[in-house]
Amino acid sequence: MSVILKCNNLVKHYSGKEAICGINLTVESGRIVGLLGPNGSGKTTLIKLVNGLLSPTSGEILVNNIPIGPSTKAIVSYLPERTYLNRWMKVCDIIDFFSDFYSNFDKNKAYEMLKRLNINPQDKLKTMSKGTKEKVQLILVMSRNADLYLLDEPIGGVDPAARDYILKTILNNYNPNGTIIICTHLISDIEQILDDVIFIQQGRIVKTASVDEIRSQEGKSIDALFREVFRC
Amino acid sequence: MSWNLKPDRPIYSQLLEYIQIFIISGKYKPGEKLPSVRDLAEEASVNPNTMQKALAELERVGLVYTQRTNGRFITEDENMIRMLKENVAQAQIREFFDNMELLGFSIQESVQLIIETGKERQNECDFKM
Repeated sequence: MSVILKCNNLVKHYSGKEAICGINLTVESGRIVGLLGPNGSGKTTLIKLVNGLLSPTSGEILVNNIPIGPSTKAIVSYLPERTYLNRWMKVCDIIDFFSDFYSNFDKNKAYEMLKRLNINPQDKLKTMSKGTKEKVQLILVMSRNADLYLLDEPIGGVDPAARDYILKTILNNYNPNGTIIICTHLISDIEQILDDVIFIQQGRIVKTASVDEIRSQEGKSIDALFREVFRC
Repeated sequence: MSWNLKPDRPIYSQLLEYIQIFIISGKYKPGEKLPSVRDLAEEASVNPNTMQKALAELERVGLVYTQRTNGRFITEDENMIRMLKENVAQAQIREFFDNMELLGFSIQESVQLIIETGKERQNECDFKM
């Protein structure tokens, strides 16, 4: 299997504070990976380094064997934890915007998902609830035919029924060779769809394993293991 | 019967058991074509790779087989399905006895209780009909 993401001795300092302290990581393509860790453990920083929003203090990141740059950004689809879209825009305008921006954006897919979630493409973002806004953003991100999806807290604000639909959307709308990295605290909701998990703490990777490996070795769910490993 | 996965056991082995039950119960008939991995994964809300692993294991033991381009099919060997049925039933019974033992019942007491409860159940069914 080919490697989609590789980090070598990755370090990131924020004005004296170490956010990422020497991470070595290899993620194979075609996997759905959960990036799990307590608050402030470096999850979002790691994701921002991979999509090029931050540059590393030292070390190396390769996406599809290419250093971070325009050609990796073309194949990485990123869902930030906060919205960056203009509030005054209508959903259909944002779809046009995305389609201008990304050659791998599939408009039909986006409209289909909007319909399934009962979102009117003529609605403006500012009239929407927090959860609906999150759904729109996730639809935009999943409508790209990308090789690597980076989802930072994709289901935090949505209700459980929509959460199920979104998880199904994630399962069905990524191409089989695509890789998804999901950051979340809602572990029990997503662990069924994960292949692997990465536990991160204070900028270091403390464990990587497949979900079924953990379940058979520990006899407990990822959620239960998380609560044990990161007990406060 | 739907896919109801427990949190403390490997997902793939639970998927495996569910498909076995679907075969035993006749939801999937001998020789019938199985839904695609993606469809099955969606139905169970699990990762397609995990579903793939479960199906590969079923294939290894011969309960399903792949026709190169047509997809996966349930075995036509009804003898094999009957044996599977007996094995699964025995496992259930063993588990039952284990649980009863935890509650402090001897095997004879458990058997006695089964017979009584069985009779009650029979009466209830007759009454409904």
